[in-house]
Amino acid sequence: MSNSVIAVEALVKQFPRHRALDGISFAIPPGVCVALLGHNGAGKSTLMKLLLGLTLPTSGSVRVLGEDPARAALTFRRQLGFLPENVIFHDMLTGTDTLAFYARLKGEGSERCLGLLERVGLAHAAGRRVKTYSKGMRQRLGLAQALLGRPRLLLLDEPTTGLDPMLRQEFYRIIQELRGEGVTVLLSSHLLTELEARTDLAIILRQGSLRAYGSLEELRARAALPARLRVVTQEPERLARMLEGIPLALREPGWVELECPVEEKMALLRRVAQLGADLVRDVEVQLPSLDDVYVHFGH
Amino acid sequence: MSPLWVIAGKEMRDATRNRWVVSATLLLAGLGFALAFLGSAPTGTLGAKPLAVTVVSLSSLTIFLVPLISLMLAYDALVGEAERGTLLLLLAYPVSKGQVLLGKFIGHVGVLALATIVGYGSAGLAVGLGSGGADLKSWQAFGSLLGSSVLLGAVFIALAYLVSALARERGSAAGVAIGVWLWFVVLYDMGLLGVLVASKGQIHEKIFPWLLLGDPADVFRLFNLTAFDNVRAFSGLAGLSGQVDFSPRFLLAVLLAWVLVPLTGAMIVFRKREW
Repeated sequence: MSNSVIAVEALVKQFPRHRALDGISFAIPPGVCVALLGHNGAGKSTLMKLLLGLTLPTSGSVRVLGEDPARAALTFRRQLGFLPENVIFHDMLTGTDTLAFYARLKGEGSERCLGLLERVGLAHAAGRRVKTYSKGMRQRLGLAQALLGRPRLLLLDEPTTGLDPMLRQEFYRIIQELRGEGVTVLLSSHLLTELEARTDLAIILRQGSLRAYGSLEELRARAALPARLRVVTQEPERLARMLEGIPLALREPGWVELECPVEEKMALLRRVAQLGADLVRDVEVQLPSLDDVYVHFGH
Repeated sequence: MSPLWVIAGKEMRDATRNRWVVSATLLLAGLGFALAFLGSAPTGTLGAKPLAVTVVSLSSLTIFLVPLISLMLAYDALVGEAERGTLLLLLAYPVSKGQVLLGKFIGHVGVLALATIVGYGSAGLAVGLGSGGADLKSWQAFGSLLGSSVLLGAVFIALAYLVSALARERGSAAGVAIGVWLWFVVLYDMGLLGVLVASKGQIHEKIFPWLLLGDPADVFRLFNLTAFDNVRAFSGLAGLSGQVDFSPRFLLAVLLAWVLVPLTGAMIVFRKREW
């Protein structure tokens, strides 16, 4: 794909003691939100550094926005926004001052800073010293600096750590808006379920190799994990007998859980629905979650 | 505005905000005043030039204090930012590593210059004006003391960067920085003295002065105590300086080399290392 925002070919990064990335290849089209998944030490942060040109690949190639990030002119980096993992901003400066510093480095005026602080919900604390900020507020300040200069590609390393659920929602709303503007977003996270509805593609790394890459639907299909039907019933024994041949994942007093391949779930649902109101009180369908897919590929 | 100046400006603002500038200035001014007035008290009646005496005492103070202040100001410039994660962020901006290091250097030297010039300057002015004025020569000597103090500070800021670029952790950088101070301010001279004593003064008088150039603090001392005749008279170094025939300009050049060599070293390590 020549119009890929990120194109990585047979990328290897060897450190003296270990191989952080072991020949990975993938390409990311513009305007999508990609989740980068993997344990600590799976190579996520190394990959981000390579994409930023902060470290050189041992072999293989990296193209970001059509350029080699390690050799491109410095101005190339104006098109990128980055939020490192665990960044602690300088304590003594105010939120506005900190953001204005980064704005100047990106060759921007400080006019947009207040607007950005508003966007991440920090306008009320703009004049306070960063020292007094909570972890979530610092994280939002980090996001604000990543948005400086209208980047075409955002690289966010664990962006939602330390955010409460409300702020996380807000964070993903901002990401969604950016995607609407055509910005490509690559974000790593270990909170998988929250990524589910919000990412187009997922990359799963394990010990430096690429275990899976694709849309969630594709990954689900490839993992061939079963769907689960939880049936609420007064008579689990009788229900189990009636549905003989269908694997029972769990049997508890009051409900049973059935497993079936995802593509057969409608057939099973119809069968269960015909069993009559006295036997089947309620049915809940659980599709394999990103968590399940991740566990499947990541281990 | 070039990123170089943006970074320099931020370093200066940081140091101002966390009261580095204020405390260093007060420390230098306080000790400067104390030494200046204690030092000039016995000479006042003799009609000596008090400012020239002040230059001698302040230069001794500088040798202890300025390297320490500089090292403490700058030892975590790189490794500290790396630990906070802000270095990685900074390097992802449209900024070169050279601009980062030089920007920080300009900022830190600026902070030190401010503290030295305000701190010592006020002490010097008080002595110079208070004793009914000093002659031009003394003012020149005092001016060159201020300038060379900043230059000595720059040496140790550059050394601190080298430590900071090599260190794995902030804590070990602090330890090594203290070691650098001890070595150049205390141990080197003691070592030289030891060699001198052990060899019963047989160490060749052509070699000895050159050994002094191996320590920026000694270069600073030589420069300030020998550059001006009126200062030389009070320095007690008159005997030695008779043998040492380095010109002030040469000594300044050596001091400048003491800035450039570690700074270049720090730059090479900083560029090579992956953060």
